[in-house]
Amino acid sequence: MANEQLNSGNPRVDIEYRRKKNAEEMKHQVITFALMIFLTLIAFVAVAYEGFTGWFIVPFILLLAVVQVIFQLFYFMHMSHEGHEAPKLFMYTGVLIAFVTILCYTTIIWW
Amino acid sequence: MHVEEKMTVETWPAAPEKQTLDAKNKFLGFWLFLGGETVLFASLFATYLALKDSVPRSDMPLAKDLFEIPLVFAMTMILLTSSLTSVYAMYHMKNFNFKKMQVWLGITVILGLAFLGLEIYEFNHYVHEFGHTFTSSAFGSAFYTLVGFHGAHVAFGLLWITTLIIRNSKRGLNLYNAPKYYVASLYWHFIDVVWVFIFTVVYLMGMVG
Repeated sequence: MANEQLNSGNPRVDIEYRRKKNAEEMKHQVITFALMIFLTLIAFVAVAYEGFTGWFIVPFILLLAVVQVIFQLFYFMHMSHEGHEAPKLFMYTGVLIAFVTILCYTTIIWW
Repeated sequence: MHVEEKMTVETWPAAPEKQTLDAKNKFLGFWLFLGGETVLFASLFATYLALKDSVPRSDMPLAKDLFEIPLVFAMTMILLTSSLTSVYAMYHMKNFNFKKMQVWLGITVILGLAFLGLEIYEFNHYVHEFGHTFTSSAFGSAFYTLVGFHGAHVAFGLLWITTLIIRNSKRGLNLYNAPKYYVASLYWHFIDVVWVFIFTVVYLMGMVG
């Protein structure tokens, strides 16, 4: 919440400053989006190409997915902004439990 | 600042989604919910991975027989784009531009509907062309539970955002409804987060074998 109080004494100046800041952030969001599309394309091409083995593709596309989700959480959902300590705690805890659950189901449980 | 105070561009705060106590609570509570949703979807992913390709008869379709790249690619692009359009909506919310925010949310809803339509087509295709149903195999149950749960989230998100658009259409933006919009957009992004793992783990890894 770094930009919660922006008082220069002149509301017009404040608004223009904030607009500029918001526009700048929006530009970064569009760049993030382009990167996400790019990562998605690589993942689909890697699978469609059929020249790689599963041993390479699976970890590779999982890595791409993780990177893309980090973009989504930290930029689109603003988790990189200040005042997101509690959301980070909740999400990291969720991810930890998620990881252990999936690890457990794919290794020590058999069907 | 009072919650239902009539706001102007001059009085609109920089972080309207966290201005009031109600908003702060909503923000915190919603992120806690998303942490819980992460665990919920993880259990569905874990179940799917454990039961993938578990079919009772060898003539039944497996993941690599079912999935096709073009449809999944189209669905992925549509949902990813809808995530960006809701970012645009929140950008206009911060600039106190109610009309543009509503328009971008409207576009988000249309893209969400397109996604849902393709998913319905996809499920219908699997059921009628392959006999791959919810009860045909453990693989089928796990697949439809995971992907269907995500689809249900999309459907709920669409209802939610549409309700917000209609309910507030004559009200305009204020500190009472800004956090509601913000939280709904967080939910929509989270749906995309889950889909990133679905297209990777279910579809792409399914096609790899």
